[in-house]
Amino acid sequence: MSNLIMETKDFSFTYAGVDAPSLKKINLPIEKNKITAMIGPSGCGKSTLLRAMNRIHDLYPGNKYEGEINLFKDGKKENILKLKRENDLIRLRQDVGMIFQKPTPFPMSIYDNVAYGMRLADVKNKSELDDRVEKALQDAAIWKETKDRLHTSALGMSGGQQQRLCIARAVALKPDVLLFDEPTSALDPISTGAIEELIAELKDEVSIVIVTHNMQQASRLSDYTAFMYLGDLIEYDKTDTIFMNPSQKLTEDYITGRFG
Amino acid sequence: MGGKLFKNFSFFSATLSFFILVGIFSILFIYAQDSIHEFGFHFLGSEVWEADEDDAELGVFGGYIPLLGTMLSTIIAMVIATPLAIGIAIFLTEIAHKSLIKPVSIAIELLAAIPSIIYGMWGLFYFAPIIQSTFGGNGVGLLTAGIVLAIMIIPFMAAITRDSMNTVPDVLKESAYAMGATKFEVIKDVIMPYAKGGIIGSIILALGRALGETMAVAFLIGSVMQLPSKITDATTSIPVLLANNFSEAEGLEMSSMYYLALILFVVSFAIISIAKFYFLGKKVK
Repeated sequence: MSNLIMETKDFSFTYAGVDAPSLKKINLPIEKNKITAMIGPSGCGKSTLLRAMNRIHDLYPGNKYEGEINLFKDGKKENILKLKRENDLIRLRQDVGMIFQKPTPFPMSIYDNVAYGMRLADVKNKSELDDRVEKALQDAAIWKETKDRLHTSALGMSGGQQQRLCIARAVALKPDVLLFDEPTSALDPISTGAIEELIAELKDEVSIVIVTHNMQQASRLSDYTAFMYLGDLIEYDKTDTIFMNPSQKLTEDYITGRFG
Repeated sequence: MGGKLFKNFSFFSATLSFFILVGIFSILFIYAQDSIHEFGFHFLGSEVWEADEDDAELGVFGGYIPLLGTMLSTIIAMVIATPLAIGIAIFLTEIAHKSLIKPVSIAIELLAAIPSIIYGMWGLFYFAPIIQSTFGGNGVGLLTAGIVLAIMIIPFMAAITRDSMNTVPDVLKESAYAMGATKFEVIKDVIMPYAKGGIIGSIILALGRALGETMAVAFLIGSVMQLPSKITDATTSIPVLLANNFSEAEGLEMSSMYYLALILFVVSFAIISIAKFYFLGKKVK
């Protein structure tokens, strides 16, 4: 048995006010310190699945979870769908961070953006904050560009820098898993390259799940790939296998561009 | 031919409002000349308002009391209305259940549509006795006027504040939640700073409205030329003094009232200009 950080077991998800489930009995392993890519045409449920892994769906009432999503932490297995109290959800979101399609800097300084999550987690010590902000910005490869303007507004940065700032902000919390929801879809090719490089470097410290529309990105970046279609997980395997020698006809059709 | 006509017409319409503005200012300024000449800036600090019984060109007039009454009733209204309006806006954008949002929004918009004289009557007959039994005084006075003014401007402020809070992108809120923020922290750290421009704009516009409100305040402030020594005391405000005295005044008193009107005009104009500056500033970004 390989080394898992998360897994979904017969996981189904139904949006509020909708009869049919958007995800149907998904069984997906997430390997520790690897990059797992989720690909599939629009509406296949890949973002829905990603957003279940930190329970961000809970911000909107009435959605229904079934099955299990387990997080393996400190040798223990925890079904995150069982979490009820707000404090437990906050802890989960600090363990399982998320990066969105668009850069989402908060309307505050660069330093405060990175320190934000730590302050929420009650890190008050100034020198510890300083150290961890610097470390996070270095990890996100924007320390050089930002060190002289840490206390200026983050809204003045370029799109690519803002996205790396958001990654720094998430990394600063030392999460176990980082969820990337099409993190480069709003960026130019050069910024995209920088973000991809960064994601590849981050996997030594954190396990990564990335949803992408871009199949080259998935094949360049990931160790494992899951192909989803209309709420089903069609195929999951090593990325090389999925792209070179898929076992399902549907997967082959999708990656060769016959639909999607 | 038609195009040229239309162009001239729209040019005329667009410039008309500008000329009206300048025209009103000039008239106020010209009619206030006698009083400006007589009292100068000392007018602003003088508490006396006494017409000479025999000669309309004599008498002593000072705008301190109505100016103070206007300022104080407005400040009371703003202090009460601002937190309530922000609270309403937060409730409507972040907390209220979907089924509640619409009825509450409609109720607030209807409140804004009630004519001010109705607020004045309601305040005088229903609200003033409550103030009297709770805080003492005569019922009418600064506090009563301020509270009813607050009720009048709350819907307006709440609606603008809600609109600016609605412009906060969902994904920005989600990313704060994804860092482990609570709802309160998201409101405090993301929504409030993001909506700051709109909130300040709504405060300034409401301020302009409170300064110029006549009818409701005329019912509630007491309309007496006296310096208030406590918050429940009766006094007067600029619009109320103008409305009450206009029909009987002449000569220097009339000119002094134009002077007061000029002061109110300049103050309101300045406040609205600042508000516009804020809103425009946001659009340029």
